Amino acid sequence: MIVYLVRRLGQSLLALVAMAILVFIGVYFIGNPVDVLINPEATQADIIATTERLGLDKPLYQQFGIFVMNALQGDLGTSFVYGRPALDIILERLPATMELALVALLLSVGIGIPLGVWAGLRPYSIAGRSIMGGSLLGFSLPNFWQGMLLILIFAVILGWLPAGGRGETTEFLGLQVSFLTLDGLSHLILPAINLALFKMSLIIRLARANTREVCLQDYVKFARAKGLSGRRVVLVHVLKNIMIPVVTIIGLELGSMVAFAIVTETVFAWPGMGKLLIDSINLLDRPVIVAYLMLTVLIIVAINLLVDVIYSLLDPRIRLSEMNG
Amino acid sequence: MKMRALTLPIVAGLAAAGISPATAQELAIGLKSEATSMDPQFHQLSTNIQVAKNIFEALTTQDAVQKVTPGLAESWEAIDDTTWRFNLREGVTFHDGSEFTARDVIYSFCRIPLVQNSPSPFTIYSAGIADMTAEDDHTLTITTKATNPLLPTELWSLAIVSADTLGAEEEITYGPDGTCEGMGEVPQAPAFNSPDVAVGTGPYKLETYTRGSEVVLSRFDEYWGGTPDWERVVMRPITSDGPRVAALLAGDVDMIESPPIQDLPRIEDAGLKVVDALSNRVIYLHMQQLEDAPGISGTDGENPLLDPRVREAISLSINRDAIVERIMGGYAVAAGELLPPPMFGTSERPVDPYDPERAKELLAEAGYPDGFSITLGTPNDRYINDEQVAQAVAQMLAQIGIDTRVDASTASQFFSRRNDLEFPIYMAGWGASSGDMSSPLKSLVATYDPDTGMGPTNAGRYSNPEMDALLLEAMSTIDDTKRDRMLQEAETMVLNDYGIIPLHYEQTVWAMKPNLSYEPRVDQYTMATKVEPASE
Repeated sequence: MIVYLVRRLGQSLLALVAMAILVFIGVYFIGNPVDVLINPEATQADIIATTERLGLDKPLYQQFGIFVMNALQGDLGTSFVYGRPALDIILERLPATMELALVALLLSVGIGIPLGVWAGLRPYSIAGRSIMGGSLLGFSLPNFWQGMLLILIFAVILGWLPAGGRGETTEFLGLQVSFLTLDGLSHLILPAINLALFKMSLIIRLARANTREVCLQDYVKFARAKGLSGRRVVLVHVLKNIMIPVVTIIGLELGSMVAFAIVTETVFAWPGMGKLLIDSINLLDRPVIVAYLMLTVLIIVAINLLVDVIYSLLDPRIRLSEMNG
Repeated sequence: MKMRALTLPIVAGLAAAGISPATAQELAIGLKSEATSMDPQFHQLSTNIQVAKNIFEALTTQDAVQKVTPGLAESWEAIDDTTWRFNLREGVTFHDGSEFTARDVIYSFCRIPLVQNSPSPFTIYSAGIADMTAEDDHTLTITTKATNPLLPTELWSLAIVSADTLGAEEEITYGPDGTCEGMGEVPQAPAFNSPDVAVGTGPYKLETYTRGSEVVLSRFDEYWGGTPDWERVVMRPITSDGPRVAALLAGDVDMIESPPIQDLPRIEDAGLKVVDALSNRVIYLHMQQLEDAPGISGTDGENPLLDPRVREAISLSINRDAIVERIMGGYAVAAGELLPPPMFGTSERPVDPYDPERAKELLAEAGYPDGFSITLGTPNDRYINDEQVAQAVAQMLAQIGIDTRVDASTASQFFSRRNDLEFPIYMAGWGASSGDMSSPLKSLVATYDPDTGMGPTNAGRYSNPEMDALLLEAMSTIDDTKRDRMLQEAETMVLNDYGIIPLHYEQTVWAMKPNLSYEPRVDQYTMATKVEPASE
């Protein structure tokens, strides 16, 4: 286990370094931030002064060197736009995104697994077919369009829910969260559904396929032959055995939900990290873009590690030390 | 807030039915972009300025058509070419109760160069001030380094903060470029996120600033200009166009800025109000005036744009009315100048006619009867329907034989590439923040010269020494009548030479609930202070 973890951490570090180089070079070629940031009335001298102050007059390798040196000391740079440490600005936005992603995850698991199992148990019933049809829609409708449609139906036409924003927040464990107030909840529902729909469809399909597979296994047949109730067969024997692939997917998807809730956050004006990334790209706020992507890599790597650990708990046959990481 | 969530569906229903809710005390505005700081001296950007203007004031103000009117200064006069006396308003207090005096003004100007990490500092205005002295608490003398007739105009951009609140010493002595004395420890921009520091004299106080989410303002009851209309103002950044419109339709917000033109019929159908005004932003074509311009072929390596006849042909080939009608949906006005008349320095010059036949003749006269090929650069997310306009221009140019390829890119890339002179001809826009002709002339067409700061945005490198001389003279003439005439003359010189081709003036649009009114502003600012309950 320890060897495995160390090896995994080493790989993660490598991924982080590769990412830093790629991102830094990529961002460098997008454009010159000074052209975007400075007031058009500024004179050439002002532009040169600002370029120097931001360190953009130095060659790329020097800028990268300075970035690495600072990063090693935990400083990911100062935002060009906000004039504050980039990491602080991102971390400020992290709770909003986390909250949204977790609620979306709960929704997709809480609804997706039961529906998927149901469809797997009765694949040819009307309910089973409708569930599959629905999941196909969830898959194929573009996220952005889905979000707009949700807003149109529930906010504009019906007027039941607000069209965007985060609503009232309260402090919970030192973080600002919105799920504890009615106003906050009402703001949370639509974006969470929007973010969850795709994952939900994925989980439904996965759960269905696995249920069908597991149902044919000998131990399920044996359990039925033993005279166990249908409920017990499903809840204990089937459910437990379809969970491994489902957990993998949940893990991977949580990572991508946190990192790339961008579309949902933009459509619903949700003040999370994704919206920050888009705004920063538009303004060429390089330090924030780089720091954001670094942080994202870190989150995804950490979640993957966690998934591997959960595997071993779900299935005793899997021993982490035996894995060739 | 809790109540609001519960009543929201009802409120939205009422609004849709055209009935105003009984408690019109709160105003929610959906903004296109977010203010990056609450420090009014941090980033010189319209997004920041329009929010700051609710909290902070300046010595002068500009009305909806950018006419300079008294602000914290009741009156002013130019004593000689470089000395101005300002009589400050008495009985004005800051949000924390301290009294506004000349000391606060000196402090505010002194702080500008001391603001760290500013992406675009306000020093471009403050740098020209040589000295400031307070004759008494409410009389201030400002000495400029050079003659600057635009001083009262520029002062509007310089917010007045409270010296006491920010921890200044009793005695503040002005020194240019950050050499003031008695400043104490100067708070930096992040500190202004707190309402205790973001203290101004404006009609609204800062209540909370949640980055990415909202700015909440509350009424300043002791405001010298009378009680403001709204008890509470919420300004929310909703950067995507569709969701911003949806927020208005759903009743989340009472008013939005810049709804997409395509959505306006829908908004009006929903019983909401749309107001628009001509802006100070002109969309123009700029043509490269260097021998070796890139992106041109079919001319044996020559730059055809050096010939004024070719430039005139380009202007005559463009059907501006068609662009305004079909692409801008009528929300633009064909432009004949660099600033819409009757703003300062405009000459009411007629719009160039659409005359493709004459354009072809001109091309032939210039030696290009078969035309040539050229690349037209344009941003695709900066101005209203910018890429479509560029496509239309390209097609119109093709009609007279100039085979035009449109190279559209996102604003951040476009401006970098433009400043690197990558486009032989490009489309861009210019908003004259001073509302004065010297602004576009100085930035867009004056000869590019880093040493004097002239022509910084002249990426066509147009140069007309005669115009330069006249412009410089105008910029140091205090007498408004004379300056007006000189600016008109300078502009006419450039336009007669087709050094730059104006296309249209953008119109700025706001949409709001029917029970509100907003006087549309030329400078495109959305200011809560100017939103009023409609009198019916």
